[in-house]
Amino acid sequence: MPKDDIKEFRLVGTRPNRPDGLDKVTGRARYGADITAPGMLWGAVLRSPHAHAKILKIDTSKAEALTGVKAVVTRADFPTGLTGEEWNLQENTMAGEKALYDGHAIAAVAATSSLIAQEAVRLIEVDYEVLPHVTDVDDAIKPDAPVIREGAADASVPEGMPPNVVKYFEFGRGDTAAGFKDADLVMERSFKTEATHQGYIEPHACLGQLGADGKGEMWVCTQGQWFIRQMCSAVLGLNAAQLRVTPSEIGGGFGGKTTIFMEPLSLALSQKAGGRPVKIVMSRSEVLRATGPTASASMDVKIGMTKDGKLTAARAEFRMQGGAFPGAPVDMALYCCLAPYKIENVEHIGYDVLANRPKCAAYRAPGSPMGAFAVESLIDEMCRKLDLDPMEVRLKNAVREGDQASYGPTFGSIGLVEVLEATAKHPNLSVPLGPNQGRGVASGYWFNHNGETSVSMAISEDGTAQVSVGTPDIGGSRASIALMVAETLGIAYEDVRVNVVETGALGVNEPTHGSRATFATGKAATIAARAAIKEMCRRAANEWGIDEEAVEWVDGAAQPAGPNAGDYPPMSIKDIAKNMGSTGGPISGHHESVPDGVGASFGCHVVDVEVDPETGLTKILRYLVVQDAGRAIHPSYVEGQYQGGAVQGIGWALNEEYVYGKDGRLQNPIFLDYRMPVASDLPMIDTMIVEVPNPGHPFGVRGVGETGITPPLPAIANAIQGATGVRMSHLPMTPTKVLAALKASQE
Amino acid sequence: MSELTVHLWAGLRRFTGGLEVVTVEASSIGKMLDALVEAYPGLGPIFEAGISVAVDGEIINGGRHRPLAPSNEIYLMQRIKGG
Amino acid sequence: MSKIHVTTVVNGDEVEFLADPRETLLDCLRDHLGLTGSKEGCGTGDCGACSVTVDGVLVSSCLMLGVEAQGKRIATIEGMANGEELHPLQRQFVEHAALQCGFCTPGILVAAKALLEKNPDPTETEVRYWLAGNLCRCTGYDKIIRAVMDAASEMRGAA
Repeated sequence: MPKDDIKEFRLVGTRPNRPDGLDKVTGRARYGADITAPGMLWGAVLRSPHAHAKILKIDTSKAEALTGVKAVVTRADFPTGLTGEEWNLQENTMAGEKALYDGHAIAAVAATSSLIAQEAVRLIEVDYEVLPHVTDVDDAIKPDAPVIREGAADASVPEGMPPNVVKYFEFGRGDTAAGFKDADLVMERSFKTEATHQGYIEPHACLGQLGADGKGEMWVCTQGQWFIRQMCSAVLGLNAAQLRVTPSEIGGGFGGKTTIFMEPLSLALSQKAGGRPVKIVMSRSEVLRATGPTASASMDVKIGMTKDGKLTAARAEFRMQGGAFPGAPVDMALYCCLAPYKIENVEHIGYDVLANRPKCAAYRAPGSPMGAFAVESLIDEMCRKLDLDPMEVRLKNAVREGDQASYGPTFGSIGLVEVLEATAKHPNLSVPLGPNQGRGVASGYWFNHNGETSVSMAISEDGTAQVSVGTPDIGGSRASIALMVAETLGIAYEDVRVNVVETGALGVNEPTHGSRATFATGKAATIAARAAIKEMCRRAANEWGIDEEAVEWVDGAAQPAGPNAGDYPPMSIKDIAKNMGSTGGPISGHHESVPDGVGASFGCHVVDVEVDPETGLTKILRYLVVQDAGRAIHPSYVEGQYQGGAVQGIGWALNEEYVYGKDGRLQNPIFLDYRMPVASDLPMIDTMIVEVPNPGHPFGVRGVGETGITPPLPAIANAIQGATGVRMSHLPMTPTKVLAALKASQE
Repeated sequence: MSELTVHLWAGLRRFTGGLEVVTVEASSIGKMLDALVEAYPGLGPIFEAGISVAVDGEIINGGRHRPLAPSNEIYLMQRIKGG
Repeated sequence: MSKIHVTTVVNGDEVEFLADPRETLLDCLRDHLGLTGSKEGCGTGDCGACSVTVDGVLVSSCLMLGVEAQGKRIATIEGMANGEELHPLQRQFVEHAALQCGFCTPGILVAAKALLEKNPDPTETEVRYWLAGNLCRCTGYDKIIRAVMDAASEMRGAA
């Protein structure tokens, strides 16, 4: 049987073409909005123009009277009595008593054309009583702020907290007061980050069908078809097994497609329209106003450092708003922010605060970028003050296997030291800097996640293999899973087909999120392949009339081992497959678990910038990502994760933000004004893959998807300080803000 | 049954009479969580809201069946998710 | 609103459709002609996912009305490969792993092809500025730029 400690691989670590490449360069790949169905209707959604308003009356009669309109739904069409997160999801899908943010869905229409549906939406009349609103996190946490929802605080919140605080976090260890006393330099700073959107280029789209009998189907772009099934069923009161959800190809997600938005509306409309399928495709403005985004944060950090760079104590107090519902990732921000450092005395405090904004969704390493911005910025400033090399200080305090993490548990195998050492040697660090140029470094951390995983694979009649997985392929995971299965079976990469399947075909799978697909699905697929190998060895043993334990699998064939070695010629997978009908029937392997052995991933980024003193514009000159992948199954797609994460972080650092007006409305709900990085903003993104294998995965994989978005925020702020002497503490660092800070520093 | 040492987080002290490290008799993650709620009922809603358990440094979601022994290092954390 | 009969040439084939005057060329390609390779990412001309050429000129098909296609020659991603033979750009994109989710890919390929027809030997900076109207959220553009440069080089070699 294959061993876990194999170091030399035939396929793992190579760079074959992805199996879905041809479909995706020819326009054939089918995404959420790309299919139609017989009898299909088009849906459209009416959204609140107010940040906070009581809904007094909804009159849909004119819309219903319009020719071509087949159904109109409001919250009155949804079941009542939901609680907890299920209620939150339902309330976010369709407003109940109040509109809670600009863009909150109020009603939905299905009609025979998209244009008629949009016209009908405009005919719906709503009486609102506009209420005072709050969108900024520091305003929302004030004791006299407009109350978003009474009684929303959970059990973690002690008595006497401001009304919009819905979760409270506190953890730490040691004695921070004593730790600060031991320091030669103690600094305290406050930081703010603005909400950003995941920014996937494919707007949400689905095609839902639901009959009067409660049986339904959905085609949808999602990171997780079972999440869609479970959430839609909960919100609509359906029997989950009766709803079949098929994932389309997905045009990006980054966490934003792990939940529901308009999907239940298409089902509700379909049922009301006699079971005709209803397609809903969001506009970009709907995406920006009413899906995603991430939280905004206000953070205070205090750190103590000795004059030779040893960290003695740290205190982090973070406030985040994640919209009008609980769920801002303040806990994750706190867990990750000090994780790269070995510090005896730490204190973390966090507040999850409601505000009149859309319900935040996960975004790549949720929370970690904000916390890193605060902590890594302050450490950099302290290094500059003490004239210490920021790389040396990071190495001196770096956590290693066996160290206690800042958030409590003891680290297993981790690769931070290897990452920092590799970074320090990279040629980018010795490029001389010119005037107005600066260099910044920062570290980042993400845990990675396992989650429910079910994989099934089957040997075909010709000895090739098909693998059914439940995690949609967002960035090349079909290729990495095919590589692992082919490696395990001893067959060609091209002889494995990986299918992302619908909910009816497998046990429950969590989405492609938490950097888990290559780790968890890859692990389960490898174990499934081993189960198939065991069965094939058994078939060969029966044929030879020897004990099945005396058969081993080598290079894609069963061969006699031990005392029988050499007695029979190897029996190839093709031979076994050809005869499977007469040797016991179909051969398959499957595996279901919440795979253990998750390996966390550390990264370090180095950026060189030039700041134009006339305009305040920051230009990225050079960018380096170094990160521990455990083992890179397909290095090109690992590099792709590093590069993509870094550029999302660059956008967050320099351009992207949700801008709310005094009226509580989103001011920039189009891509022209929500300014994501474009090709001409950037240099090449240099990458270095460090491999400290994760002992918990058959090939050593650590999930790599998320860590890369974390370091850019502080790394760029640190580089800007190097270039200008000015410390930017509020993202994004737009030309306007940098120029103002430059002017202030010169006064 | 064996006595497990469980590290909570500071925010939970008000449910445990001020304790941040508690001991319970249990042999698995599920039994440990049940025993904690029995001893400190205030923890019930917190656990229902979502929890991860770090056993010897590995963060485990779900896994009530996972056996535990007194030699294990056990930390309770908010449930870890991802994007 | 009554519909207008439009006759046009798409990827070399003469086609006709009935367009509502409010529908964009992108709507018509996708919903009337079944050419769903062109994508709508924004509807405001900012993302480039709907890029096509009209009489050889690169346009965002979400910013042009379907009825304006009357008598024009349209080229979309579906017409880029020559039968089974991929255009060098398409092949280089796959080989360079220049796509992750692949949603922006058709628009970027159409735009890059238009660039190379105009400028067969672009610098990296020229490629970056030409493609500045095509958003990609997955890749950070690095591998896209490399794929375009290598395709240009290959095409110059073949010419």
